[in-house]
Amino acid sequence: MNKKVLRIYFPLFALPTLIAFIIGFLVPFGMGIYLSFCKFTTVNDAQWVGFKNFQEVFKYDSEFIHALWYTALFAVVSVITINVFGFSIAMLLTKGIRGTNIFRTVFFMPNLIGGIVLGYIWQLILNGIISKVFDATLTYSATYGFWGMVILMNWQQIGYVMIIYIAGIQNVPSELLEAARIDGATDVQVLGKVILPMVMPSITICTFITLTNSFKLFDQNLALTNGAPSNKSQLLALNIYDTFYGRAGYEGIGQAKAVVFFIIVGALAVAQLFLTHRKEVQQ
Amino acid sequence: MAVYKPTTLQKGDQLPPEVQALVKKSARKKSTSSRQSPYSGLWSILLSLISVIYVIPIVLVFINSFKRKAYINKSPFSLPNAKTLVNPILSNYTSGMQKIGFTSAFVNSIIITVGSVFVIILCTSMCGWYITRVKSVFSTCMYYLCVFSMIVPFQMVMFTLAKTADTLHLGNPIGIIVVYLGFGAGLAVFMFCGFAKSIPIEIEEAAMIDGCNPVQTYFQVVMPILKPTCISVAILEAMWIWNDYLLPSLVLDKTKYKTVPIAIQYLKGGYGSVDMGAMMAMLVLAIIPIIIFYLVCQKYIIEGVVAGAVKG
Repeated sequence: MNKKVLRIYFPLFALPTLIAFIIGFLVPFGMGIYLSFCKFTTVNDAQWVGFKNFQEVFKYDSEFIHALWYTALFAVVSVITINVFGFSIAMLLTKGIRGTNIFRTVFFMPNLIGGIVLGYIWQLILNGIISKVFDATLTYSATYGFWGMVILMNWQQIGYVMIIYIAGIQNVPSELLEAARIDGATDVQVLGKVILPMVMPSITICTFITLTNSFKLFDQNLALTNGAPSNKSQLLALNIYDTFYGRAGYEGIGQAKAVVFFIIVGALAVAQLFLTHRKEVQQ
Repeated sequence: MAVYKPTTLQKGDQLPPEVQALVKKSARKKSTSSRQSPYSGLWSILLSLISVIYVIPIVLVFINSFKRKAYINKSPFSLPNAKTLVNPILSNYTSGMQKIGFTSAFVNSIIITVGSVFVIILCTSMCGWYITRVKSVFSTCMYYLCVFSMIVPFQMVMFTLAKTADTLHLGNPIGIIVVYLGFGAGLAVFMFCGFAKSIPIEIEEAAMIDGCNPVQTYFQVVMPILKPTCISVAILEAMWIWNDYLLPSLVLDKTKYKTVPIAIQYLKGGYGSVDMGAMMAMLVLAIIPIIIFYLVCQKYIIEGVVAGAVKG
């Protein structure tokens, strides 16, 4: 009876969200898929060209292929560093050292600062360091840009994964730790055989978040290097943006790139969740 | 010779002094061994060092916001002296605020963030509850579409979303709220569904029997129970919307409306050479409200992130 009464209230409860969801997601998504097979400059003059856009992306666009590998390498390096540092700091902060709350507050803070602002903050610092040490600037080589973004992402995201890891470590039952100690396990064994398997759900979440974030990184890239030198430090998202808005007549190719990008991110997300979920301990 | 008398201890009984000493000793031993590791001091020093590294970038930007622009790139790490200090002391701030219209950008950012978060919380919590309670093809589809929308990168819909918003005239701070509701609905509906499932249906049935219609049931019974989730969702969405650059820069009519990230990017894009002094000052102005907000609501922010991560 409850449900039947509630059904009448559909326009009030679900309709506003549904309409906004159609405007903000479903229609643009459907149009995006369709337009990736078209040649167009505005949405109204679309002409069906089949798979031609996709062929051009993979055959003639060397910048896109470069951005793809550059992004993949960047994602691997930043996922590993962020999670290793984040987990280590979380381990230290669960030892009951004095001032834990202050440390936690400080480490989490950069997470709330936006990508554009972060990019310009680090541009100042990295340019200062690079000009002193190598007598160059950040835009001199794509390698500087790469490590600049890795450092920036670490600074921003370590605090975030740290919070999630702390929650995970605190949930490990103390009986398990005591039992392991009584059985004579060393600190390393306790970490590897008890703590790590027990915080596997947190590891799944953190690698998922950092992986998708690094793949989708845009603001920081735009502010820090904007692709310099000559689009060599461009990540995928920025490459797609430049294809759309940097040159006229390439909108169809830009949309095709966006579809490829979506498929890569989606496949990675699903594969990663599947792989790490298998390792989780059932309690 | 003392005769041994078997007694049972009661609360408040005095223990013999030698037993008391033993208990104390073992308690002390236990507390030191389990709480403090031998390297505790070392770890404290290490963590303090890392914290300093964490704070330095923000301090540096703050220091540089008082220097003349020519000296910022040349010597970003030195403290300002009589030669490098701007005169008057706040001139970087005043010139930067004038150049990019910081005040109006700040007001726009506040309107968009507060408005969107309020609308998202209200609409998606109702929708999430409706989807959980009414099992139909529609609600199942809606749920999976929301989950799906969470993994779609923004670049996928960027161009077409901008066109759709343009056709519907949503390029102003109020219209963009609809866009944020649509694109942010995925995560919010997903989280509200997960939490609404755990509310016992008996509570709602009791309210119905007492004569509440669904609207009253929702606002007087369900919404209060969902409050912790509302706070989590509000914080996650607010962090995203306040810092978002790409979506508003494509959807908003940029000649009329700017948000804080757009204004800062404009400082770089609008002029040939960047005025580093104004840039530093604007960065400081962009960071200060966030830090104040963070220090005030720290507890909720950290809880919100953990809750969001566990469910997301």
